[in-house]
Amino acid sequence: MSAVQTTSPTPDDTRRRGPLAEVFFSLLRSRTFLVGFAIVLFWVACALFGEHFAPYDPLADDIINALAPPSSEHWFGTDQIGRDVFSRVIVGSRDILTVAPLATLLATVAGTALGLLTGYFRGLVDDVVSRILEAFMAIPVVIVALLAIVALGTSKTTVIVVIGLSFAPIIARTVRSAVLAERELDYVAAAQLRHESALHTMFVEILPNVIPPILVETTVRLGYAIFAVATLSFMGFGIQPPSPDWGLSISNNYGMIGGGFWWTVLFDALAIASLVIGVNLAADGVHGALND
Amino acid sequence: MTKSAKAKNALELTDLSVAYRVAGRNRAVLRNLSLTIGQGEAYGLVGESGCGKSTVALTVVRYLPRNGSITGGAISLDGQDVMKLDAEALRRARAESVSMVYQDPGKALNPSIRVGRQLTEIFELGGISGQAATDRAIAMLNRVRISDPTSVMQRYPHQLSGGMQQRVAIAMALANDPSMLILDEPTTGLDATVEAEVLDLIAQLRQELSASILFISHNLAVVSNMCDRVGVLYAGMLVEEGPTDVIFNDPRHPYTVALLRCLPRGGQRKDQGRLDTIPGFLPGIGADIKGCAFADRCALADDRCRSELPPLYDLGGRLSRCFHHDKAQALPRATPSDVAPAPKAAAAPVLRVAGLNKTYASHGHALRAVKDVSLDLRPGETLGLVGESGSGKTTFARLLLGLVPPDEGGTIELEGKALAPRLENRSDDQIKAMQIVFQNPDSALNRSHSIRHLIGRALKRLAGLSGKALDARLNDLVRSVRLTDRHLAVKPRQLSGGLKQRVAIARAFAGDPRIVVCDEPTSALDVSVQAAILNLLADLQSKEDVSYIFISHDLAVVRYLSDKIAVLYLGRIMELGPSEDVFSGPHHPYTEALLSAVPKLDQTETARIRLDGEIPSATNPPSGCVFHTRCPRKIGPICEQQEPPLSEAQPGHSIRCHIPYAELARLQKAAVTEPA
Repeated sequence: MSAVQTTSPTPDDTRRRGPLAEVFFSLLRSRTFLVGFAIVLFWVACALFGEHFAPYDPLADDIINALAPPSSEHWFGTDQIGRDVFSRVIVGSRDILTVAPLATLLATVAGTALGLLTGYFRGLVDDVVSRILEAFMAIPVVIVALLAIVALGTSKTTVIVVIGLSFAPIIARTVRSAVLAERELDYVAAAQLRHESALHTMFVEILPNVIPPILVETTVRLGYAIFAVATLSFMGFGIQPPSPDWGLSISNNYGMIGGGFWWTVLFDALAIASLVIGVNLAADGVHGALND
Repeated sequence: MTKSAKAKNALELTDLSVAYRVAGRNRAVLRNLSLTIGQGEAYGLVGESGCGKSTVALTVVRYLPRNGSITGGAISLDGQDVMKLDAEALRRARAESVSMVYQDPGKALNPSIRVGRQLTEIFELGGISGQAATDRAIAMLNRVRISDPTSVMQRYPHQLSGGMQQRVAIAMALANDPSMLILDEPTTGLDATVEAEVLDLIAQLRQELSASILFISHNLAVVSNMCDRVGVLYAGMLVEEGPTDVIFNDPRHPYTVALLRCLPRGGQRKDQGRLDTIPGFLPGIGADIKGCAFADRCALADDRCRSELPPLYDLGGRLSRCFHHDKAQALPRATPSDVAPAPKAAAAPVLRVAGLNKTYASHGHALRAVKDVSLDLRPGETLGLVGESGSGKTTFARLLLGLVPPDEGGTIELEGKALAPRLENRSDDQIKAMQIVFQNPDSALNRSHSIRHLIGRALKRLAGLSGKALDARLNDLVRSVRLTDRHLAVKPRQLSGGLKQRVAIARAFAGDPRIVVCDEPTSALDVSVQAAILNLLADLQSKEDVSYIFISHDLAVVRYLSDKIAVLYLGRIMELGPSEDVFSGPHHPYTEALLSAVPKLDQTETARIRLDGEIPSATNPPSGCVFHTRCPRKIGPICEQQEPPLSEAQPGHSIRCHIPYAELARLQKAAVTEPA
């Protein structure tokens, strides 16, 4: 090493921010994300603190005032047994906002593991696991739910497991395709040339680089999960009474629409719609920020 | 080419300034750039990446990206003020008088439209349609020397080779008979043989057409062969300009001087001296430059250079932006040339390869990627692997490393012990003894990890170090590749290409390897950075007595670093021998053609040998000698019927050719080729 260089290289200072910080700032500039995030935040606040600012106890009946139309006293009216619909809509966000995110989390964890496995090993592992996942995707969620309820009984855990496992193959497919592209890169060959274990290569080398697509897929799935929870509750397979859950309330009251008691259903339906739209807007924003 | 008196310049840039808006600030990319290109003149613009070369090209047709703006100056095309054109006039100017050819023809052509349609479209824009347009398109393809234009018209771009694609792109550019042709790195992604073919074509077209050419390239040799005048761009400023031969033979700006010294020239070798380098870095875009932009990296710079912008001195037909233009060539070296001669004992080979084959199954056909390769490598020696893309260089390297298992039968021996074909079955000691520096550091370095993690992990796994010992070795290693502690905390994306490649080299050296495979380690780098990396590799070799297998398409680079050369064609060794013998010849006709294809700075126009067409498919290699379809020295039916053996022509120098060695010597002496 005879040559002494006077080189004093410095990292390029035009890129001070890390990639995550860049995504964060680009999210803050995205109006789509901000609007969606505000909607979601509103419902999260309702779920956490709803009972403190709801005007009535959402479970307290008041038979005399049953099916009262919206008024200054009951903004959204009352239902068949006189419960305040406004309070029920506010507090009704709690169960769906527990179950749907947990189901999505389960789907993400399971899907990511399966995607890494199939994408990394390819060959026989990929063929077998992928076919099983495809078969699983072909069964409608409702039928899986029905079978699960017969086997496990109705509970929030059952709903989380059913939705989580139904969504896992979809996430697995996204992760797999990202891993397939990633594993062709030379840093994977470099890891093999250090005799790294498959687990290390998958989780320490590849996983951090496929986080962006996973993040996008997760936020998109969350929207679908909310919808799925509401559907299952509506059908009676999901969240059980006496919870003021939206899907459940619609299911209990939709027979009343014909009688002109629209307020017992409309506000719950709007709540579901706004939450799904909020999540989807936020997901769009995340997608945009990560794919800039 | 400058014909009569300059009536009207083809292109005139006056005090042109361009800025890109990044993170809310306007950052200057071009600074008061003035240049003129006369009618029919070919003007070369050279400089390292980030100097603003491509911005010039885009600015001429006002085609800057959305965040770019022209902040001052004037552009005049054929006497027309481009800045004053409205949208419609600008569109017409782009359609009728200026054409551009970009670096990657694969991306410039629409992949889902047939070549013919893409070509006729241009004529239709000009109001010619139907059969007339088709005829014109065929004439255009003939003009770019495509021998079978009707069938090429029917094909999609991906069905053409890279050279053919670039010809089509050039045909499209010439279709409207432009007065100005802008070529932005037109041969950078191509093989040397294809590059030669495209450059020949451009040179011939210059004779036929009246178009003026703006030729942008980082490759000084290419520019020196193609252009009448050349301008050297540095940090968006013209630092030197003049007739090509004058600039390259008698440069008057320290930057040009330094740039030329970075190139291995005239057969320079690692044991004769180190390459010179340019210390420091190009100022970032938008940097606040007081005085001379190059002052920070210039050993001649004094206080005046740092505080006062030097004017463009007119030195009689040439310009130089340097206060010390008279003594620019006295620029002291940034890197001492002297090398401690490495004592070389004729030790036993560290690597011995015998009868190595690799066959892939490709749509039911056998694809022989590597066929019957045998060679050996001694400690401290470099084996250069040379050949066009598709010749099996990289596959061979992957076979050695165990990333791909070879066919049964062949053997690889490392220090006398047979290596298992698969990586998993090799011992940890064998694994750490053979490492690789990949071509593209962006792919080779995990972008999620810090530099400390990347090198530290290699030390942990390969050298078995941990704790304090690891930290100590890490510091040593980082210093030996000339990085500093400051680089350890950052992620790869925060480093420049050259620095990233140093990290990759540090990682390869973590376990004190016996052999390091270098797969085109400098092909993505600028020449000044390339010189520093080559020096580093040479230094590490003489210190650690490591052997290299060096793959590169740049023959001058291979020659600089290699002791031994293997020339591959369709997976077969066509020639194998000591570097000097292979380069100085007599050599295999394929080697001869490769050498002849390389554009040279020290131009001594010689009889040129060009290879026709592209490398044949390995699924269906030609009978007999696989090179006979393209061989300029084919002697007869024997070449088509019988595969010649790799026979030793001289001790240690083997050639796979039917022509006897003495005859090759006679033939090649007749066409004296000055090697790269």
